[in-house]
Amino acid sequence: MTAEELSPYKAISPGRQALRRLLRHRVVWFCLATIFLLTFMALFAPLIAPYRYDFEDTTRYFSVPSKPDGHHLLGTDNLGRDILSRLIYGSRVSLGVGIVTVLLEVLIGLPLGLIAGYYGGRIDSLLMRLTDVMFAFPDLLLAILLMAILNSGTQPVPPTLNVLTLFFALGIVSWPPLARLVRGQAAALRHREFVEAARAIGVPNWQIVWRHILPNLLDPVLVQTTQDVAGVIIAEATLSFLGLGVQPPYPSWGRMIFDALPYKETFPLMLIAPCILLAVAVMAFNFLGDALRDALDPRQRGIK
Amino acid sequence: MLLYILRRLAVAVPMVLAIVFIVFVVARLAPASPIDIILGGKGTPQARRALEHAYGLDRPILAQFGAYLVGLLHGDLGRSFVHGQEPVSRIFVRDFPVTAQLALQAFLFTFLVGVPAGLLAAYYHNSWFDRALMAVVVLLVSVPSFVLGPLLVLFIAVRLGWLPVSGWDTPASTILPTVTLGARSAALVARMMRSSLLEVLQQDYIRVALAKGLTRAQAVWRHGLKNAFLPVLTVLGTTLGYLLTGSFVVETIFQVPGIGYESVRSISARDYPIIQATALLVALIFVAVNLLVDILYGWFDPRARLTGGSS
Repeated sequence: MTAEELSPYKAISPGRQALRRLLRHRVVWFCLATIFLLTFMALFAPLIAPYRYDFEDTTRYFSVPSKPDGHHLLGTDNLGRDILSRLIYGSRVSLGVGIVTVLLEVLIGLPLGLIAGYYGGRIDSLLMRLTDVMFAFPDLLLAILLMAILNSGTQPVPPTLNVLTLFFALGIVSWPPLARLVRGQAAALRHREFVEAARAIGVPNWQIVWRHILPNLLDPVLVQTTQDVAGVIIAEATLSFLGLGVQPPYPSWGRMIFDALPYKETFPLMLIAPCILLAVAVMAFNFLGDALRDALDPRQRGIK
Repeated sequence: MLLYILRRLAVAVPMVLAIVFIVFVVARLAPASPIDIILGGKGTPQARRALEHAYGLDRPILAQFGAYLVGLLHGDLGRSFVHGQEPVSRIFVRDFPVTAQLALQAFLFTFLVGVPAGLLAAYYHNSWFDRALMAVVVLLVSVPSFVLGPLLVLFIAVRLGWLPVSGWDTPASTILPTVTLGARSAALVARMMRSSLLEVLQQDYIRVALAKGLTRAQAVWRHGLKNAFLPVLTVLGTTLGYLLTGSFVVETIFQVPGIGYESVRSISARDYPIIQATALLVALIFVAVNLLVDILYGWFDPRARLTGGSS
């Protein structure tokens, strides 16, 4: 008989325990439902949206938005385009940029942080100087500068290239915090007994990193990256708001808010609709990140 | 302490050089050279060469960087491509004071709202105020300024008519931009202040203070506050940089005639020297403020002088 069978309690793996703690919150269900809905919207936008994003309804007044009616549930914008359809297509930009950028961030930040933290020494200080310099540009400043300069050509930028530069600009500004986090965790784990033991019996370095370091720092990385999706969604919307993100006529929530500003007094719905959608999307990822932190590390609860 | 300050300065100097270099290199990524933009794709080869020579673009890149650096030290931030090739420094002298005022007002707002709110929330932990504040914090952290700003305008300026919709002429017209810009950082500072004080309140020295007969308020005031404030100081230091970057958006929403609005307008004109100079200036201010915070940190907490600062 093993100890497990003798115990009156059923053994539950830490992962399952965390999952249970996570799903106990009602907020988490709201977050998951929202994220699922947004993903569904983004994936099937052409099927759900009543109109194409760039379809201009010529029966509408020219250069003035119109109020909601049977044909356009949320009305049309100043070019006669269906606002609901543009919101639905806009989810592709927000979610797509959010997820791809965070993947990029992990691809760059995780290995660099692991190497710096595990090996230390000169590689470590080089990386830390590099992130120091990146941190000298507050917030989106570097992304704003990059996008402004990359879009400054005399010819308009083709849409694919535009999206790629957007990934590039946001990827560049988002990896340093993750690299720092991973580096700190890896540097702390490096001196733990189980790592020293593995080293003592001759386990090669890459295997120590893969089997012993990486699994132990995945929790904070998961929390961080979930919240970073929210951050990147805001970042993309900010760039688009400033005219530096996705180029028209493709809709982005940030640009839709900008376009609605002149009509805030006469057609507030045109402004409020993208605001609400953006806020809900950001909150879903933020709350999920918070809940994940609580579930994975119960000691932190209530303090942060 | 003097040695500590000198050490922090020694770290800051290469940092400044690196920032200037990055901004310089990023400008080289432009798909069209300044000459193309000025000439609009036209112009004879002679005219091109003359302009290239005038802008120093025919020299080796390191020489160009050197010239750029020397120019910066003389206050030369380059020339605008449009605006009749006006020097960027002149545009700055005209527009930057407005941005500085906006950022400072938002900073004051952050400080005067964030710190007391966080203090009260920690002091009355788990009370209705604490809960309400945390809910507001989560809301504000998730709502970017270009969502908050227009909504504030819609309800406070348009519906209620209490404050002007946009502009920057009367003190009243500065209120909405200030609140829009400062709200998020005020929320972050409040959260930091709260968690920091909660942590300090669990320390032994607070228990000792209570045990020797101090009231809770006295213990917090005399022993808690100074210790809890240190992490907040770091956050406040980074805040000013974020506020300056945030002014791009907020000035655009409210049509505030500052350097952020000017930069955004220059974007559509592909006039990037202005935004390049703004980015450089904001990054340099950011480094300077963080240096100041590091020095203050060393003054507040002598231990930091040995390990080298807050970061």
